[in-house]
Amino acid sequence: MSFNNEDFKGYKGFSLDTLKKFNCPVWSEVEIKAVDGNYKGLVLPRSETADEYHIVLKLPIGYNIGIAAEKIREVKVTGRREAKYKIPEKDFPYDPKKPRVKLLGTGGTIASRLDYRTGAVIPAFSPGELYGSVPELADICNLETEKLYGVFSENMGPDQWKGLAEAIGREIEKGVHGIVIGHGTDTMHHTAAILSFMVQESPIPIVMVGSQRSSDRPSSDAALNLIHSVTTAAKSDIAEVMVCMFGPTSDLYGLLHRGTRVRKMHSSYRSTFRTIGDIPLATVSRNGVTPLREDYKKRRKDNNVKINAVFDERVSIVYYYPNMKPDIIDSLVENGYRGIVIAGTGLGHVNKPLYPALKRAQDAGVAVYMTVQTLWGYVQMYVYDTGRDMMELGVVPAANMLPEVAYVKLGWALGQTENLDEVKEIMLTPIAGEITEREPSNGYLIYQGGLPEVEEFIRKYKK
Amino acid sequence: MPNDFIFKPFHQMTEKDYQTVGFKSGLEIHQQLLTDKKLFCRCPAGRYSKQYDAEILRHMRPTLSEMGVYDGTALMEFKTKKNIIYRIKRETVCTYEMDDTPPFLINEEALDIALGIGMLYNCNIVDELHIARKQYLDGSIPTGFQRTAIFALDGWIPYKDRKIKIVQMSIEEDSCREVSDIGHDRVYLTDRLGMPLIETVTDAAMKTPFEVAEVAYLCSKLVRSSNRVRRGMGAAREDVNVSVTGGTRVEIKGVPKISLIPILTYNEAMRQWNLLRLREELRRRGITPETFQASSFDITPIIKKVHYAPLKNAISSGMKIHCAVLKGFKDLLHWQTQTDTYFSKEISDRVRVIACLTNIPNIIHSDSKGETITSSDWQKVKKFVNATDDDTLVIVWGNEADLKTAVEEIIIRAKEATIGIPSETRQALSDGTNGFERILPGADRMYPDTDLPPKKISDERLEKIKLSLPEQFWLREKWYKELNIPDDLIEELSISRFAELFKKAVIDWKINPVTAAVTLIQLPKRFKKMNLFCDILDEITFEKLFRLLAENRITSDYIFYLLKNVLELGSFPDEIIPEKISESELNNIIEQEKSKLNNYRIIKPENEKVILMSLVMKRVRGRIPAKIVAQKIGFKKIGNLK
Repeated sequence: MSFNNEDFKGYKGFSLDTLKKFNCPVWSEVEIKAVDGNYKGLVLPRSETADEYHIVLKLPIGYNIGIAAEKIREVKVTGRREAKYKIPEKDFPYDPKKPRVKLLGTGGTIASRLDYRTGAVIPAFSPGELYGSVPELADICNLETEKLYGVFSENMGPDQWKGLAEAIGREIEKGVHGIVIGHGTDTMHHTAAILSFMVQESPIPIVMVGSQRSSDRPSSDAALNLIHSVTTAAKSDIAEVMVCMFGPTSDLYGLLHRGTRVRKMHSSYRSTFRTIGDIPLATVSRNGVTPLREDYKKRRKDNNVKINAVFDERVSIVYYYPNMKPDIIDSLVENGYRGIVIAGTGLGHVNKPLYPALKRAQDAGVAVYMTVQTLWGYVQMYVYDTGRDMMELGVVPAANMLPEVAYVKLGWALGQTENLDEVKEIMLTPIAGEITEREPSNGYLIYQGGLPEVEEFIRKYKK
Repeated sequence: MPNDFIFKPFHQMTEKDYQTVGFKSGLEIHQQLLTDKKLFCRCPAGRYSKQYDAEILRHMRPTLSEMGVYDGTALMEFKTKKNIIYRIKRETVCTYEMDDTPPFLINEEALDIALGIGMLYNCNIVDELHIARKQYLDGSIPTGFQRTAIFALDGWIPYKDRKIKIVQMSIEEDSCREVSDIGHDRVYLTDRLGMPLIETVTDAAMKTPFEVAEVAYLCSKLVRSSNRVRRGMGAAREDVNVSVTGGTRVEIKGVPKISLIPILTYNEAMRQWNLLRLREELRRRGITPETFQASSFDITPIIKKVHYAPLKNAISSGMKIHCAVLKGFKDLLHWQTQTDTYFSKEISDRVRVIACLTNIPNIIHSDSKGETITSSDWQKVKKFVNATDDDTLVIVWGNEADLKTAVEEIIIRAKEATIGIPSETRQALSDGTNGFERILPGADRMYPDTDLPPKKISDERLEKIKLSLPEQFWLREKWYKELNIPDDLIEELSISRFAELFKKAVIDWKINPVTAAVTLIQLPKRFKKMNLFCDILDEITFEKLFRLLAENRITSDYIFYLLKNVLELGSFPDEIIPEKISESELNNIIEQEKSKLNNYRIIKPENEKVILMSLVMKRVRGRIPAKIVAQKIGFKKIGNLK
């Protein structure tokens, strides 16, 4: 019998040798005689990161165990049963009365299946698969899907941003009623920000969505997020780039965040996305979208949109810390970076020893912008002399732009022009709410647990 | 099949009767482990409270298993469309239990305890632990699955003259406590959630309800002997699997105490037996899965003026009323299933659980008209739905969505009667019967936990655990019998935390075994009855005591007084250990006490010796054996003392 490596998925070293010795590829039903007892079950593929000494057996009751390969004396293969892991695919029903929504996939785990070798989750994506797992979607729209990329959120970059912006342009021209973008959550706010700049004057909603709990688990937020985002794309009259994710951790409603003011604020909570320094655009539930404000761009009937998909990659964020040495800045300048966004302390500060390096950056024609690592609040460099000194050195305060937003905007600006004055003009002219004239008094709400009034609130409302 | 056998009342059933019906039962025993913290997060374990600070709301959706199949239970739970509300108390729950933070690595202390108990059960310990997700869509765990892993396989525990096989053992996180389940809202407390427990599964090797209870008791004894498990209400919970010949494995869940097992398993065996007889009756009437016929009608328009309160309320609150017609079922809804329980309950249960019509009664039917609607109303309905005298009508009411599910479930359950016994998980009820809880889940609900890597269990780890394991109680009991320990002490001593100390006392220090056993097991009970606070009676105290005995520094008749003294003082200072006295000192004391006797007026002179003895003993107890005192005073035999 001859086997190839796929037949022993994930096995290596001694465990691989053992399986080969007994002509036992994965998915074999086996009876194993080992030093300490007999086992019956199904040989499963093994995670590639696991060790080389054990064989994974699925017992008839459904549990898996690992058997030390060295204990195995005899393996009798009695059959073969390969898992056919497939979300039931059903034709997505077409209803001429319902709006057309396009789902663009970049990766992430909106709908997914398991990969044994890595233990990771592979997205399932076709309209049929989505309908199979979230049939409610058919009540909302006619869904079309296109898988643009299959990457984890952290691997999204300028090429994917540009490709995505162009794909959005094409779909708008084709006349879809709304676009949903499935995206991993880690860098969703970076992509939301850059799309807010690359795609301008969209006539339709562009909704980014993901999930914090993968859809292979019963408690996943994926299905509800998908329902919310498709509802927004199909029905809402907010024609902006938005992030649509859980409002509270409860399965109650989603929030629509403006693409330039949103940030992932918790590594694992469902309600991780928060609008910073402002209030969200709207709430969304199965029943529809409820705006929280009126100053959004409205849906239009035309198919016109401006796509400006450029990006200069030679841009960096420097997160300032006490005692930062000037060589951090110098090394960026020496390596040919053309733009630096500093996330400064407080109102936008760095220490004095950095000044010479900032001067060298100015002399080299590098665009340097100041944001705040407090995330909330404006840069204000006039309050202290040090701030004024820095402005002398060419550091431009970026108002209340979030550091990540300033980063993608600077790359986008430098992609359009080399002239630093023009770059500054672009940077400081608000395009999609990235800089706001005023911070509303309810734009900064981080209530602290333990306070009686906060506890009363938490007790009363499911959060 | 001897289907003509009719179940007798519980107390009249014989071993042979159970043999006739082919009674078979196995156990799944859940036992919480005694750890400070939970299994996959660092919240404190074992702090229960009904108070809560916040609530969160979730829904559950079924997902595919690793083998690419949806589990039947999962789909059933999805049908119920429940709002799951979790009550959260800050002290006992963190963001892990809320499913907003991934798991932390497994609690090693819990795993050590589990592995130790696995070895006590003579199991093979797995080489590599794979944590699985076992789907629970009832919401009892916010993730929608329980993290669980098999750590031991293929063990045994001795019972009568045979070995009961332990099929497997798993370590898993405990679930939420249910507060209420009304309509579409199910409420849970989360304090218990995530506590470490082990599940031990026995073979279905028990042949009578009493055997099941006895084996459950032995298993409970074995885990308790580790002294590393939790005790008290809810710390140990049994699921019991029952089947009869021709029946199906049915799981009775959440049996709160072992003493209820016999009546519960009896009723389940009866239920299965009677459902099989029901199938025979249906066949006799020509009703098979192929010929089964049922239909349903909206009868709201014809039921207008009705006095039966549930229906009247339904109408006034705008609900609809439907009628399912079960063709040829006449009288069968009144077919007995369990003690004082009938087939209609099987249907009502499904309607309650799956269609969420939780107000009981939720159905009425024409086989037991009782005081429901008037016979003229029944006639009207019968005519409307075009039924004959041979049919059974089932009337159900509710909002439209639930009603649709309800009617479907009524028909599904009736049809299942023509097939046999559905594989179900059933709930233990306090009267010894059981009710439907959910469809029995299968292997399809298992899938690997991608959040946690497999964990190798090394031989070194097992060797280390073995060092602190108690001897298996059946080995201890055998030895105690050889030592002539009284039977009533054997049982307790064999699983006592002092069993190792007992062994040391007997073997190393040559203490009289009965004295040691009485001291360790009986005395603490006596002191507790005297309302003495017994916390100080620990290994250190007993060891000190036994050493004094071994060194002849105290006499065994002084143990009680010395320990009582220790408890009253709350400590064991050397000052309370009596000085030994010689026989000549004893003689002096006897003389002194004799002279005092003159001060007493002794009514019965024959008691003089007894009185003297007690006076002397007051002064010398523990310092010299009472036997010697008695001899000196002039008793011939100790037996005369009293």
